[in-house]
Amino acid sequence: MTKKMSLVVFSGTADRLQAAATIAAGAAAMGVETHIFLTFWGLTALRTSELGNPRPLPAEYGAQTEALRTLMQEKNVPPWHEVLRQASDIGDVHVHACAMTADLMGIGKEDLDPMVEDVIGVGRFIELADDGQILFI
Amino acid sequence: MSVTADKEIDARGSFCPGPLMEMIHAIRDAQVGDVVAVLSKDPGSRTDIPAWVTKAKHELLAIEDHGDYARFVVRKAR
Repeated sequence: MTKKMSLVVFSGTADRLQAAATIAAGAAAMGVETHIFLTFWGLTALRTSELGNPRPLPAEYGAQTEALRTLMQEKNVPPWHEVLRQASDIGDVHVHACAMTADLMGIGKEDLDPMVEDVIGVGRFIELADDGQILFI
Repeated sequence: MSVTADKEIDARGSFCPGPLMEMIHAIRDAQVGDVVAVLSKDPGSRTDIPAWVTKAKHELLAIEDHGDYARFVVRKAR
């Protein structure tokens, strides 16, 4: 079984963040060393100031997206960042912020949720991801 | 017939992967030899919990079908 998995979380839509967090939780539960590299919209989504705001849903699914949001509320689906927090709680999960995006948008580690371990460059990410599988979400 | 548990957790309001997380927490907090039961309505638990039990090397004592929910009974083996 794979020992390491790295997720590049580029998206900031509610659906993709939920999927990324759930995959991280599954990997963490199964003992996989899991690295999350938050970049672009994934990074902005984990700003402390953003956590209370609902994430957007993609326009390509039209009216189905609001129906999805309602369903998620009705079924008590925990927000993606809570699922990610649970994942860190039960397994070996490391959340990293992308230095490029952080620099571009003027975001510091102090602006991000405490689950973010560090702000790293892409070279360091490639090093951390070595010998594992990489997913781009 | 239901297998008796030392700790019973009702995760029926919990959405996937919640019940799996609850099982993992409960086993972590238990003593070796303790039996933990988790109630789940989540269809994902039927594959998730056995897979985790195998990976974590514990003992799956039973999966009890109670109509609209299942009861997963696991012994902490190490």
